[in-house]
Amino acid sequence: MSNQNSSGVLPHSDSSNKRVSNQSGTYNSPEYNIKVIKQFSIMTIVWGIVGMLVGVIIAAQLMWPDLNVGPYLHFGRLRPLHTNVVVFAFGGCALFAASYHAVQRTCQAPLISNRLAAFTFWGWQLVIVLAAVTLPLGITSAKEYAELEWPIDILITIVWVAYAIVFFGTIVKRKVKHIYVANWFFGAFIIAVAVLHIVNSMAVPVSLFKSYSIYPGTIDAMVQWWYGHNAVGFFLTAGFLGIMYYFVPKQAERPVYSYRLSIVHFWALIAIYIWAGPHHLHYSALPDWAQSLGMAMSILLLAPSWGGMINGMMTLSGAWHKLRTDPTLRFLVVSLSFYGMSTFEGPMMSIKTVNALSHNTDWTIGHVHSGALGWVAMISIGCLYHLIPRLYGRTKMYSENLINVHFWMSTIGTVLYIASMWVNGIAQGLMWRAFNSDGSLTYSFAESVEASYPGYFVRFVGGFIFFAGMLLMAYNTWRTIYDETPQALDQSPQALEGSSPQAVDGSPQALDQSSQYGGESSPESSAKGGPVNV
Amino acid sequence: MSNFWSLWITVITFIVIFGSLWLLIANRKTEIKGDLEEGEIPKTGHVYDGIEEYENPLPVWWFWMFIGSAVFALVYLLLYPGLGNYKGLLGWTQEKQWEQRVAAANQTLDKQYSIYAATDITELVADPSALRMGRRLFNNNCSVCHGIGGVGANGFPNLSDSEWQYGGTPEAILHSVTHGRQAAMPAWGSILGEQGIVDVTDYILSLGGKDFDPQSAARGATHYQTLCVACHGVDGVGMQALGAPNLADNVWLYNQADTSLVDNIRHSIRNGRNGNMPSHGDKLRPEKIHLISAYVYSLSQTNQ
Repeated sequence: MSNQNSSGVLPHSDSSNKRVSNQSGTYNSPEYNIKVIKQFSIMTIVWGIVGMLVGVIIAAQLMWPDLNVGPYLHFGRLRPLHTNVVVFAFGGCALFAASYHAVQRTCQAPLISNRLAAFTFWGWQLVIVLAAVTLPLGITSAKEYAELEWPIDILITIVWVAYAIVFFGTIVKRKVKHIYVANWFFGAFIIAVAVLHIVNSMAVPVSLFKSYSIYPGTIDAMVQWWYGHNAVGFFLTAGFLGIMYYFVPKQAERPVYSYRLSIVHFWALIAIYIWAGPHHLHYSALPDWAQSLGMAMSILLLAPSWGGMINGMMTLSGAWHKLRTDPTLRFLVVSLSFYGMSTFEGPMMSIKTVNALSHNTDWTIGHVHSGALGWVAMISIGCLYHLIPRLYGRTKMYSENLINVHFWMSTIGTVLYIASMWVNGIAQGLMWRAFNSDGSLTYSFAESVEASYPGYFVRFVGGFIFFAGMLLMAYNTWRTIYDETPQALDQSPQALEGSSPQAVDGSPQALDQSSQYGGESSPESSAKGGPVNV
Repeated sequence: MSNFWSLWITVITFIVIFGSLWLLIANRKTEIKGDLEEGEIPKTGHVYDGIEEYENPLPVWWFWMFIGSAVFALVYLLLYPGLGNYKGLLGWTQEKQWEQRVAAANQTLDKQYSIYAATDITELVADPSALRMGRRLFNNNCSVCHGIGGVGANGFPNLSDSEWQYGGTPEAILHSVTHGRQAAMPAWGSILGEQGIVDVTDYILSLGGKDFDPQSAARGATHYQTLCVACHGVDGVGMQALGAPNLADNVWLYNQADTSLVDNIRHSIRNGRNGNMPSHGDKLRPEKIHLISAYVYSLSQTNQ
């Protein structure tokens, strides 16, 4: 790698060894709670592998139905396990890690309670383990993305309140005047998910393992999709936009493109998203007015959604060359492209006439995964590749090449997945609605299933490639943390000592390390604690 | 819904849409404070963990995309129901849309079907295009149980052979499709006991010329004359009026693949059977039933 630019920006090749210093003089300040961030980061990888493995298995079950063995491991029980693990375990742990990291650093204040933070970690892991046990046993409330039964729902509520206390408490105790935009998104995500979870999970228990929703019929469906769509809107969009707003400018070492845009798209996004749920219930028992309103608001959601993409992408203006050499940044930027694509696709699919074709087909599955793999997973992966070396006192990951390979595996896997589901979805939609001149259906349902097999196979392959990329990440992370001689640190003995894993946990050497590196960066950047200006 | 809720929905909808638009327009212009070098982009002055923020204005194309989608949403809510009780200028409802589609479809179908509706089933059998339509209708509506081509399955009669549970005349088939059929084979397990079931089974096997135990069959014959003969008839020839199958032929309605014929017969005697053909008179227009019946009738004709 060589000096790619001439405009006074720190050259990437050199800065990779200095990035720790560029964070600020107090990166490894003993007061910050790094332990909980480490725990959540590692579990993000672990649950990512588990959840995606289950995803690969159920994709294979659709391709080869004989793989549905026994009552506990058939598709019907593994599918909710897959969604719960990837959304709430993988995505959830990524959000905890990134928000705890960003809130401490952008507020220049430690988490208000280490014990409460530890409770959120162990409580959340317990929720996931309970989900992994109860769902294969068939214990379910039968509400999509909210399948867990009422005792687990109560545990989730308690953990979430603790999370809110830690997060907002830290905001209150901040040492900088303003609240950074990433924290607006994390805050909105935490509040909205609490409201959604509590309202949707209201149920009458009949035993320890069974409860019934308090809402009747159509109202239950509406509440369910108000929850379901906003789980996407606030958990998988607002929360991950929080990640974007911290990690993209950090990794690109560039200022955020537009503060104005942040304000407008944040408030518009959270005000409008909450209305979009009814588009899941087009042409149903839901009253016409609710369907139309849901569609109108979904169309209105396009611009606020794209605001986040623009702000992230344009943050790179003047630093596009970094994409050539920095695979971590590539993860972050390509995730924004997928985000832009799926937030265009979503409003389009909410239009009644389009929905009449796409509803109940694999197109919906493809749409979800362009968001889930392309946006959520890829930005989480980019965030972790930024975070892990810093958490463990390394200057960079064990292997940049492996990150690059992982990047291409993720991108190709996602594209195969989305493209195959588009083909399948449109084929299914067209086959189901094809009529002969005598009014009879041209195709039987079984024929549309048969026509879906090539797509199922491509999807399985794409999903497998994405999953295999996660294994590479686990290996790369393992070597980064446990390698005896972190490769980039062999310049000075002090640096080596200062960056041993124990030191980062808050021992005084950590401070030495950062001050030593701080001395190497330009006076201006260390004075402002930030990247060098253009 | 009550006027309160209608007003509530309308008001909060407008607050969200116009509130977002106000926010958008209010932030369109960026004030530039202080002296800047030429080409320098102003910053907010906030620094968070080293992250700064530019004061770039909203992208123009994005601004107009936002305005455009808001205009679309407002026009849509003017034309379609959405704001509480307001019905929309187009008066659209999903029921109306469905009714219009059905009416339009019926208009074309009436022409198609009127040609065949007046033709007798026995004549339709010779008309390939009528049979083609009948086959499609059959595959759409009947093949889930009776299989593609009407070959049947365990518990669902084969319609392509010449054995009929309720009769194979055009009239009988029309009746079966229109009104459905309900079979009622009682459970004899508690009356016959296990030995009785074995005996009757042997007698039934003897009727069809299968391997059987003569002593057991002789005992079974007595039971048969008392309990079974009323429906299945002397020598087990069956009775189409009651839907009682012929037991002396080689066609078995209930013959689960992974179980022996003997066990299948014993199961039927022990637990009874309640085969149900649903009525389709309220699901399909009479012309379609006419064509389906012609197709089903043709199956037994061509295979003879």
